[in-house]
Amino acid sequence: MDFKGSDTIPGPRTEDHLPPTAEAAVKIVIVGGFGVGKTTMVGSVSEIKPLTTEETMTQAGIGVDDNYGSETKTATTVAMDFGRISITEQLVLYLFGTPGQERFWFLWNGLFEGALGAVVLVDTRRLEVSFDVMDRLEERGVPFVVAVNTFPDGPRHAIEDLRGALDLSADIPIVECDARRRASSRDVLMTLMRFLHSLAVEKAPV
Amino acid sequence: MTPPQRRRRFPKAGQEPEPPTPQEGKAQDPPEGPKKNPERLYVITGPDGAERSELDLVTLIVAHADPPPSATPEQAALLRLCTAPLSVAELSAYLSLPFSVVTVLLTELLTAELVTARAPVIRQALADRSLLEAVMHGLQRL
Repeated sequence: MDFKGSDTIPGPRTEDHLPPTAEAAVKIVIVGGFGVGKTTMVGSVSEIKPLTTEETMTQAGIGVDDNYGSETKTATTVAMDFGRISITEQLVLYLFGTPGQERFWFLWNGLFEGALGAVVLVDTRRLEVSFDVMDRLEERGVPFVVAVNTFPDGPRHAIEDLRGALDLSADIPIVECDARRRASSRDVLMTLMRFLHSLAVEKAPV
Repeated sequence: MTPPQRRRRFPKAGQEPEPPTPQEGKAQDPPEGPKKNPERLYVITGPDGAERSELDLVTLIVAHADPPPSATPEQAALLRLCTAPLSVAELSAYLSLPFSVVTVLLTELLTAELVTARAPVIRQALADRSLLEAVMHGLQRL
């Protein structure tokens, strides 16, 4: 690393600074297969230009995404894009877009631990890519909703057909979205929040 | 057209693996397998040093001192970045350093009491309705 001095250190633009009152942060994880639109969704709702945090994997072979062939590698950099939404002067929401393969999750310390919940972003052209993701979330007990990112050339399934195919119980919301649109992505997040709220009410009805 | 079919899973009770003991040089150690749980980095927090807390991607870090002359360039850069609160993830992004490396640097700065960590709000058994409602109100304003 080459740090020549404070002038050369990139940092947040002045308008991207959090207020000094910011004291707590929550996170939502957007998870899905390669190219499904995770970063697009993060970018469409984030108040900052999406940032990328990287982690390096040093074992041969295991970090290679299926889309990239499987040549032997000794070090693989796995990137995760994220964005931010200020909720109040005190509270900040972070959105992380992470690859679906669980072998990448362990790179990030407790990515799902403490997360409010997850959005599983699916592409009907490659529905099966999301199966493993949902399996892992269910096993970990992470509440999630499913957002179908609609691509013009993707097959359209009725929501109930998708529910059957994904074997999701009736209470788990499945919504269609256009990840490029801020309002649509915001609605997906609202769907997740309402679902989480209903779970909280169910758990402690008052 | 019939979509492919999945079969649902259920939470594995008591299957959450215990965090392994923190080790030196974790950033360089290769993972032993794709199923291995992440090694978690624990840091000492609080004046009594009795509590251990984990640095999360969304732990907010605030510097409360200028970089001392003894600070490494990376530490100095970190300290300058977080004069206003900034998450560990953002620090990692702006410094182009892996998350694991940033947590190691931050651990040193926390131990030296040059920065403080504002712990993330965690999902507490789904019960914190007021938190969820606050987030919903915030999203509605988008």
